Amino acid sequence: MKIVVCIKQVPDTKGGVKFNPDGTLDRGAMLTIMNPDDKAGLEAALRLKDQYGAEVTVVTMGLPKAEEVLREAMAMGADKGILVTDRVLGGADTWATSQTLAGAIRNLEYDLIITGRQAIDGDTAQVGPQISEHLGIPVISYAQKIEIEGNSVIVERQYDDRYHVLKAQMPCLITALAELNEPRYMTPGGIFDAYDAEITVWGRADLKDVEDSNLGLKGSPTQIAKASDKVRKGAGEKVTLDPTEAVNYIVDKLKVKHVI
Amino acid sequence: MNIQDYKGVFVFAQQVDNVLSGIALELVGKGKDLAKDLGTEVTAVLVGSGVGALADELAEYGADKVIVVDDPELAEYRTEPYAHALASVINEFKPEIFLVGATAIGRDLGPRVSARIHTGLTADCTQLEIGDFPINPIPGKEQLHNQLLMTRPAFGGNTIATIACPDFRPQMATVRPGVMQKAPREAGKKAVVVEYNPGFTPNNKYVEILKVVKAVSDVADIMDAKILVSGGRGVGSPENFKLLEDLAEVLGGTVSCSRAVVDAGWKPKDLQVGQTGKTVRPNVYFAIGISGAIQHVAGMEESDIIIAINKDETAPIFEVADYGIVGDLNKILPALTETLKAEIANK
Repeated sequence: MKIVVCIKQVPDTKGGVKFNPDGTLDRGAMLTIMNPDDKAGLEAALRLKDQYGAEVTVVTMGLPKAEEVLREAMAMGADKGILVTDRVLGGADTWATSQTLAGAIRNLEYDLIITGRQAIDGDTAQVGPQISEHLGIPVISYAQKIEIEGNSVIVERQYDDRYHVLKAQMPCLITALAELNEPRYMTPGGIFDAYDAEITVWGRADLKDVEDSNLGLKGSPTQIAKASDKVRKGAGEKVTLDPTEAVNYIVDKLKVKHVI
Repeated sequence: MNIQDYKGVFVFAQQVDNVLSGIALELVGKGKDLAKDLGTEVTAVLVGSGVGALADELAEYGADKVIVVDDPELAEYRTEPYAHALASVINEFKPEIFLVGATAIGRDLGPRVSARIHTGLTADCTQLEIGDFPINPIPGKEQLHNQLLMTRPAFGGNTIATIACPDFRPQMATVRPGVMQKAPREAGKKAVVVEYNPGFTPNNKYVEILKVVKAVSDVADIMDAKILVSGGRGVGSPENFKLLEDLAEVLGGTVSCSRAVVDAGWKPKDLQVGQTGKTVRPNVYFAIGISGAIQHVAGMEESDIIIAINKDETAPIFEVADYGIVGDLNKILPALTETLKAEIANK
């Protein structure tokens, strides 16, 4: 079985976000990590590899520096790493990003494609389903459990109040949630090997069956009208009170606001 | 694509088990506002099996027109037949705006549809308005009017971006549940109902549903609560949530929680407020022992009144609280519950 896993290098938003004086994101000042949902997708692929035997190829699109997450993935156990990087691919929205990744994946053999549900920087959850549409294969998003049965994949898919057990023909695309599993650590041997491993680098010319008009900033249907640091309503009162005073204070506010 | 051919505001009227989801009515309400600004109509697109009877409810909440796609293949949500239904409706009726709820269904369906018809899609919007693009005139660039400006948080809620889709139609967005307001119900109001079936032929993209497992849940939906008493890791233990439940009971409210509490296994996921949980905006939100990580704040900051109790005076929750009390929840909550009980009894 051949599995392709799409991963993304993202700024670690947990530690807060740093801004340049002009209000744009200071990506250089922020630590980067492998996107958590993608890491869960990689772990799911590696477990399928352990269980059924598989070749796992990780693909990322980004700046040359994104090679770091490919090496991390290989240190965890992925077999091959492909970096898709080219200036003309920059500024892509989810349409152009999914076109790019689909163009890269068309060069590969695959039974299963796994992506994370969403990246913590964009939070769109759109690229996985859009890749599947471009490739004409089924998609199952929000997978909680993945099993292989012959030519099919059986997946539990979570909704708000229920889950579906779905059976899809392979090839198929699955999106994974960080809650799916606990990703393994890199092994010392894996790190050593990954450091020396060869990473395949593809540019625009290597993408298959994709038009220029669907790539990069120019190929993106959505455009940013305005971006800003979020304006919050700001702090109200903050008081330090003993319990009795605190109770009176809260009851008072609830009365003033006609809650009681 | 001739953009002038695309007219009207369409919304996906999500239903599950032939009951309209709250988001369907919220989108009709918002769609009505947008349609008014554009001098056009709002159309609800109802997709399912045996769902025609829901058209009246959509009409009473403001839909001018309802397109019903009814087919046995659409009984339970599956990506492919639903994507085929919406893409066919878009190609046939050519709306200028198409809104979908940012629910588990909508965030699966929206990207598939937008990719099929080649247009842009903006995820998880919290604000929608009609305006100019570019917002301010730029020399040498035509300023387009009557554009859908779609605003959404990004970077874990740290930034906010407004997106336009000037060159493709429809302008598509998924919209966060609980943010838009549904319109008041007008009993007896009718809409024009159009039946439309593009035909459904299973292919490799149709998945087979082997089993549907519904979580048995008797908990109230926290998105409907007027008063939420929400607890975080600072509550200390699952048993200690009793203090919050007592307070909620006195006020006729509901208990919710932060992600840390769900991760610790103290409370189920459907009570979780925040970016990976639910967005709530009750009249009163009590944040008890919640530190206030930005992902949590993103899900509750629109609450009318936020009251925070935390022993750590540096907790970020105090930056969004209207009333912040630095103190011990274990002492304050029982006393507060007793006092409120007496106050309410004396009314």
